[in-house]
Amino acid sequence: MSRKPYVREVPKATWYMRNGRYLRYMAREVTCIFLALYMAGLTIGLVRLMQGPDKWETYLAGVSSTPAVIFHLIAFGFACYHAKSWFDVTPKAMRIPQGNDFVPGRIIVGTHYGIWGGVSLVALVLMGVL
Amino acid sequence: METIQSDVVIIGAGGAGLRAAIALAEADPSLRIALLSKVYPMRSHTCAAEGGAAGVIKGDDSLDLHFGDTVGGGDWLCDQDAVEFFINEAPKELTQLEHWGCPWSREKDGAVGVRPFGGMKMKRTWFAADKTGFHLLHTLFQTSLKYESIRRFDEVFTTDLLVSDGRVQGCCAIEMRTGEMLQFQAPAVIICSGGAGRIFPFTTNGAIKTGDGMALAYRAGVPLKDMEFVQYHPTGLPGTGILLTEGCRGEGGVLRNKDDYRYLQDYGMGPETPLGETVLKTMELGPRDRLSQAFWHEDKAGNTIPTKWGNCVYLDMRHLGEEKINERLPFVRELAKSYVGVDMVTDMVPIRPVVHYMMGGIHTDINAATPMPGLFAAGECACVSINGANRLGSNSLTELLVFGRRAAESAIAYLNGAQKPAVDTAAADRQAAEAEGRIHALFDRKDGGETIAGIRDAMADSMESGAGIYRSEELLKDTTATLADLRKRQTGIALKDKSKVFNTELTQTLELSCMLDVAQAVAVSAFERKESRGSHQRLDHTERDDTTYLKHSMAQYRGEDAPAIDYLDVVITKSQPGVRDYSGAKS
Amino acid sequence: MSERQITFEVLRYNPETDDKPWVQTYAVPCQEEWVVLDAINYIKDHLDTSLSYRWSCHMAVCGSCGMMVNGEPTLSCKAFLRDYKGNTIRVEPLTHFPIERDLVVVLDDFMEKLTSVKPYIIPKKEKPVEEGEYKQTPRQLKNYKQYTMCINCMLCYAACPQYGLNDEFIGPAALALTHRYNLDSRDGGRSQRQEVVAQHEGVWECSFVGACSEVCPKDVDPAGAIQQMKIASTVDWYLEHLMPWRGK
Repeated sequence: MSRKPYVREVPKATWYMRNGRYLRYMAREVTCIFLALYMAGLTIGLVRLMQGPDKWETYLAGVSSTPAVIFHLIAFGFACYHAKSWFDVTPKAMRIPQGNDFVPGRIIVGTHYGIWGGVSLVALVLMGVL
Repeated sequence: METIQSDVVIIGAGGAGLRAAIALAEADPSLRIALLSKVYPMRSHTCAAEGGAAGVIKGDDSLDLHFGDTVGGGDWLCDQDAVEFFINEAPKELTQLEHWGCPWSREKDGAVGVRPFGGMKMKRTWFAADKTGFHLLHTLFQTSLKYESIRRFDEVFTTDLLVSDGRVQGCCAIEMRTGEMLQFQAPAVIICSGGAGRIFPFTTNGAIKTGDGMALAYRAGVPLKDMEFVQYHPTGLPGTGILLTEGCRGEGGVLRNKDDYRYLQDYGMGPETPLGETVLKTMELGPRDRLSQAFWHEDKAGNTIPTKWGNCVYLDMRHLGEEKINERLPFVRELAKSYVGVDMVTDMVPIRPVVHYMMGGIHTDINAATPMPGLFAAGECACVSINGANRLGSNSLTELLVFGRRAAESAIAYLNGAQKPAVDTAAADRQAAEAEGRIHALFDRKDGGETIAGIRDAMADSMESGAGIYRSEELLKDTTATLADLRKRQTGIALKDKSKVFNTELTQTLELSCMLDVAQAVAVSAFERKESRGSHQRLDHTERDDTTYLKHSMAQYRGEDAPAIDYLDVVITKSQPGVRDYSGAKS
Repeated sequence: MSERQITFEVLRYNPETDDKPWVQTYAVPCQEEWVVLDAINYIKDHLDTSLSYRWSCHMAVCGSCGMMVNGEPTLSCKAFLRDYKGNTIRVEPLTHFPIERDLVVVLDDFMEKLTSVKPYIIPKKEKPVEEGEYKQTPRQLKNYKQYTMCINCMLCYAACPQYGLNDEFIGPAALALTHRYNLDSRDGGRSQRQEVVAQHEGVWECSFVGACSEVCPKDVDPAGAIQQMKIASTVDWYLEHLMPWRGK
């Protein structure tokens, strides 16, 4: 038998370094770590709130510290990136019939942004910021 | 050498081969079917067909009208019994394909839609946007995966038919990935290997269309019929030869010369029709031979547009509007944009005639049977003949369905006949060993300074100059002499690639030898037909001559010599030869 | 016509003489309107007859000539030289597939996977041909048409990092074709295809990198098809567990 197909191994640990497309994907996935950390911080805040005003005040002081603010800014940036990268691909997963065609992707993406903005607005109003 | 025992071997897995395989598998699940292809089935050139497939389905149409269009379009060289059978079966086959999932374009109510096509009196061309052949091929291929009895051999290159006792007994083929010879023993063989457009320099045909199956049958003693009839498609992209479907004109596209003039009205296809209104069977909806010939005259008269790819005329689609073009012709819009940088929504597309289809092929009767017992053929490689001297666009996709199935049915009838055909295994083994020896010998050839590309290009150029749209005795004399010389010279090609695995230098050498044999059959048949009929136009014999040439030419292989040409009567049942009238005046 | 000298770095591998692939360079005088395939044909015709690769239609519909061009999965017949700056172009066989020889890769794996997803109409109820066509409105046609456009060129498998890491994955093209039949109004075979689709190596192996859809030369959008199938499979699972009385 003269056949001897050659298999090019894919590096298991660094596969995503092979091109920009994979790097962007990894970035989308990695940003969720910051979201998880933020959620963890928020959960701690809720626990402190239940434990009484003293604990809550300490917590507030903690999140007002410079490192915490920096962390939250980074987490917010990543949250935006994460949201955008997901919103961008939503038209692929959602195909909504409209006449003989489908609802255009930009409308689906736009609606997501609209809902995001709306919910944020309501939250800000409830928090008394606006 | 590995030997594979089958009941039926099919050589070629494009539309016709797949249709035959499915018909065999459905008729008798116990049949052992070997389906051979030199590529993967979905690479077959059926995929490049764009416009559609003809079949009478609408109430205002009739089988008689389709018959009349086909026979007249073929300049009365069609066998009318075969045309009648074909037209009767066409709607059933297209409906069958619909049941298998072909995404036919639809009307509002969900019925299959039809579009106008050249030379057709009625709208009867079923279409799947402008990728009909592609969808037809993939539907057939995917459907074929359902049948376990279809054993596929992808990327095997058939080199020889095994013949003894005057019957076909199988074939042998090179498995490209190993370079090993395989022997297929079977009492019945169906050839569905497609055409040979690559014998010309400028063609819509893919690289694989090298006439291998035609050459296999021809060398085994089966005549090639009506080989002088080569169809030029009027609208090819210059440079690449990429096809812009006849659907472009069916949807309302028009042809213009350098003065923006719709020149077809000067060639018996007038008067000019209103822009955007398709009037069937006249002007741009005339038949392909007439349109290509009109280009030739315009070019001689200096009315074409010089481009870097040669002289062209324009295909004007601008009045159709973006929406219609996107709905009906998205693929050709993309092709024109990519390959000549023109958006047909806003600009006219330069086009010129391009070799597209071989009307001729392996001689078969109405049952897709060749004169050799056990050997059948269907599709472009065969000549039944329903296409006569000029095929109407959209008849060939239907043909490969109708006659692919027919070949399968005939093979089954042959297998179940009174004399159960059996394979003479000793003879088959011996012939296969000889075939293998010939392949090995190719590797030992002495270098005569010849190259595959050199001989191929010389052949193609000679075909274009002598056996093109217009021919003459003088031109053809040159071409036949050149071809005879090239056939000798090809033995001077030495293989530099000595390896076995996927040796495409070897397969190209084999393809070249097939092309040279087929090209010679074309040129010699054209030389002998001293009349003008359909796609065969002679400058020195400008009229049709029904007294002498209302006959099929039959090219018989004679080894190193040029083929002998005999003639066979055309079957005429109800339509006597008349005048092909594509002027719009009558209607 | 203007000529442009381009150096092609081509990955070569001959299993009979080589232990591993190596790069050979060719200087090719190119015409400005050429595609990469034209240059490779030039090499085959004039510089090196031993180079092996697949091609046929030269119009981006047969799917034969997929290659890595400068690291990107590309149909070489659609890769216009004018789109490549610089004077060097690197051509390699499609990644993630074993190399048979030179630019020819082994496709057995895809052919088996395609067969496994039953890519053909499994009718709800058999209907004889004599009864005519199934009605299918333009709307119903549109629903699956995009997924019929796959030419099996394998660019999506070469782009998919999951397939590169785990070749058990059914992969983009085969799953898009599964979706195509599931969505066809004439078909009733979805539950039969689910066995393959809903398993781990089916849609759930996809992590939605989306590279398949980006490289697809026919805009089939396999990534979209797979996400839609994930949603449908999830709905199936909930219905099955929350409403077991519904049956299948």
